[in-house]
This record gives sequence, C-alpha cells and structure tokens, in this order.
Amino acid sequence: MKTVYMLWLRQLKRHFRSKSRIIGSLGQPILFLVALGFGFGPIYQKAGGGNYIQFLTPGIIAMSTLFTATFMGIELIWDKEFGFLKETLVAPVSRFKIMLGRTLGGATVAVLQGLIVFLISLFIGFRPNLVALPLAILFLALIAIIFTALGTAIAAKMEDMHGFQLIINFLIMPLFFLSGAIFPMNGVAKEIKYIVLINPLTHGVEGLRASLTGTLGLGVTVDLIILIGVALLFVGIGSYLFSKVEV
Amino acid sequence: MSEEKIIEVKSLTKKFREFTAVHNISFEVHKGQIFGFLGPNGAGKSTTIKILTTLLHPNSGKILVDGKNPVTQPNEVRKAFGIVFQDPSLDDELTAWENMEFHGVLYSIPKQLRRQRMEQLLKIVELWARKDELVKRFSGGMKRRLEIARGLMHHPKILFLDEPTLGLDPQTRNNIWEHIKELNKKEGVTVFFTTHYMEEAQRVANYICIIDRGKIIAKGTSAELKKKTKTKSLEDAFIKLTGRNIREEEATPLDNLRMRRRVWGRRR
Repeated sequence: MKTVYMLWLRQLKRHFRSKSRIIGSLGQPILFLVALGFGFGPIYQKAGGGNYIQFLTPGIIAMSTLFTATFMGIELIWDKEFGFLKETLVAPVSRFKIMLGRTLGGATVAVLQGLIVFLISLFIGFRPNLVALPLAILFLALIAIIFTALGTAIAAKMEDMHGFQLIINFLIMPLFFLSGAIFPMNGVAKEIKYIVLINPLTHGVEGLRASLTGTLGLGVTVDLIILIGVALLFVGIGSYLFSKVEV
Repeated sequence: MSEEKIIEVKSLTKKFREFTAVHNISFEVHKGQIFGFLGPNGAGKSTTIKILTTLLHPNSGKILVDGKNPVTQPNEVRKAFGIVFQDPSLDDELTAWENMEFHGVLYSIPKQLRRQRMEQLLKIVELWARKDELVKRFSGGMKRRLEIARGLMHHPKILFLDEPTLGLDPQTRNNIWEHIKELNKKEGVTVFFTTHYMEEAQRVANYICIIDRGKIIAKGTSAELKKKTKTKSLEDAFIKLTGRNIREEEATPLDNLRMRRRVWGRRR
C-alpha cells in the first residue's frame, strides 16, 4: 500500500511543482471556454438552445480532464526515456501496484485540473447546481481513470514520443468532438450516433452535465455503470500491457 | 568466498530480431565474489545484466539468480539484488532526498534504518549538503554519485554495477569502491560489475569474465588471464583477447531519444 501511495505522490509532485505545466494545461480549456462560449453563445440562444455557457462548461471541464489524463498516462514514455522506469521495474513490487499507483496519481492530477477549470468557469458566468457536486467529481474521476489507463496502455506499446501527435489527432480529438462536449449530438446521422454511443467520453460528459446543470434521472445511472465497466476494462488492459514492458 | 554459487548461467542466448546480442554463454558467480564482467562496446554486457535483473526475457538458456529463475519468479529474484544502471534512472523532477526515499519505500526498508542509511550514503558521495535540491540541477557526476548511493541503500545479496564509475574523478571512484568493498567484506554482498577501466578491474575483481561479440572468450583471475596471454597488465591481456578494432553499437529508438535529450539538455 505504501508503494502505491509513493507512486501516487510522485505523480502529484511532478505535476504541481511545474508552474508552466499547470498553466500550459489550463490554456487550452480556457481558450475554448471563452472563444466558443462567447462566439457561439448568441447563435446557440437564437437556435433555441438556451444559455450556451451552461451547456459548454461541463464539456470543457471534461476536456481538461481528458487531455491531462491522457498525457499523464502517455508520460510513461518519458520515464522509459529518462530511465526512471527501470528503477521501478527492478524493485520487488508487483507491476500491478506500480501501474495502479501511477494511474491513480495521474487521475488525481487530471481531476484537480478539471476542478480548476470549474472554478475559473464560475467567473465567466457558469451557474452550476452545487447539490450534486460530489457526483460530478465522481464522473470526473471515472473519466480521469479511463484515459490515464488508456494513455498508459498506449505508452506501454510505444517506443518513443513520435506517435504522440498521432494519438492526440486521430484518437483523443475525435473522441472529444464526438462526445457532445461542445455541441449537442441529438441531430447527427445514425452511423455517427453509434460512434457517439460507444465513446466512453460521451457518458462522462453526459453524467457531468446532468450532475452540474441538469436533472438526475435513469440516464445518469446508466452512464455511471458504463463508465465503471470501461474503467475496470481499461485498467485491466493497461496493467496487462504494462506487465509486458521490457526496457 | 564460499563455493556456493549465487548466479548460474547456462547456454544463455538473446536475440533482437536478426541480431544475436548474447550467444550461448555460460558462467557462474560464487557467493561473496567481486565478479568483473568485461568486454568492448556492444559485446552483450548490458543485455546480460538486463536478463539477470528480469528486465529482458532470454530466448533460451537456464539462469538462476540466488537459486531462482528470473523469468518465472521475477519478484523473488528482484528481492535478491540491487543495481546501478549504466544510463541514468533518477527522477529529475524530485530532490536527491526524495529519490532516495522513493527507493527505500519501494524496497520496504523500515523508516528508521532508511533514514540512517540515506544520511550515511549521501555523506559518502558528498551530496548531503544538497539533498533538498532537485536532481535536474545536478551535474552529470553528481547524478552518478546519487545513483550509486541509491543503489547501495538496501544492502542486497547481489549488487549489479553497470559501469558505475564512468565519468567520475579518481577521488570519488576510490571512495565508492572502498564502500563497496566494505559491504562485500562485512555483509558478504556479491558484486557483479562491468567497467572499461581495466586498471580498476584488476584492482578490485577477484574473478573476471571477458565477453566479446556475444560470446565468452576468457575466464579467470586477473593473474591467470595475464599468464594465459603472456602480457603484463590486464589492459594488454584484454586487447590481445578482443583485438584492436573499435566496435559499433546499434542504436535503438530509445537511444536516439536519449541522445537528442543530451544534445538539447546542454542548452540549458
């Protein structure tokens, strides 16, 4: 247990010691929030959608967590490169514990980044329903765990950082745009609807939006169950691939 | 030194695709020995160490480290050894102290003993005054020293040292070897090391194995090797055995990344 804690703590220390990292990873979500929020706001309202900031903010919080989490997972590549991974791999600790500590650490950082965006959004007019905030954090944590584990799984298979842009542009970005984070997915074509439904982020965004601004119903329970299932699956896959890493 | 064997390697072979890094090698290391594993660049030294320390899986061969098989009982084997790697394995974003602490927790050294050894070792490598600085601010030599101090923290049965003293000044090299020899004498720690300093090998190793192009080409004490090759120093014996050609090492993508980092790192 102590080793899992140690690995968790290391991820937090690394992240929060570097101011440029924190600010750097806040830049994109804030830009999206301000640019899209104020840019599309009037059109969204005219189309009868209501207040766009209310709709958009949960999506941007999810986005911030999504990107931070994926990056925290893929960061495993740097540990391979800087050699630190070897230090943990030769220690008499099971690889599952190493993977678990890293994933929980990365996920914690991602949740905190999401919460920082949440706090900032209050200043630009987001008015959430605070009663279900714990539920919102739970959804955020599930998104964080899923994508840290996914990042770790990918990094376990990657040899260097060259593939990083590929992963971001062809996997993470599409998942983000097809999750309903920045526009509603009600009207899309049927074929795309399937992709939207199997995208775990869709359920994360939906759950987050429902707990922050909407009404809680059966849909939220379904989202929760799906996310927990996917999280377990991805942590399992991540651990398996991580256990096969050779350096 | 006892007759008991702590490392046994029989017909070990490791291939990377078409390239055979280690070809059918056999050797054994006795308990309490200081075993020098020498060879030119790319001879297969680090590959062998990686296999013995569970980081790589062999293609064939029988290996026992402290009586256990690194392939099937990796966790048992990992409890038996400590290692100082050839290339860096510190976390640059943590302090020297945190790196040591992390290691101590990974190896479940009780807190009191851990703190005591951290202080002792950081003083030996003369980093005690800078223990709270981030490792990324350290020079290459300081990082090396920290790495060695960390590797010596948990007093393992076997200590692997892959070119431990590379790039260190003679004073530091001496201090470190004094400490290692003391561990060897007092606690019976078996030492398995590689080095390119033949004079160092001659002085500290009580048994030497020379590997070249993935094959073991000579074994014996330093005196035996000199006698066999009719040379006066281990360096001459080594050159006579392995030839004068300079070896090329094939670079992996990871090596390329590391190289790039070294190049960019200097700009800071």
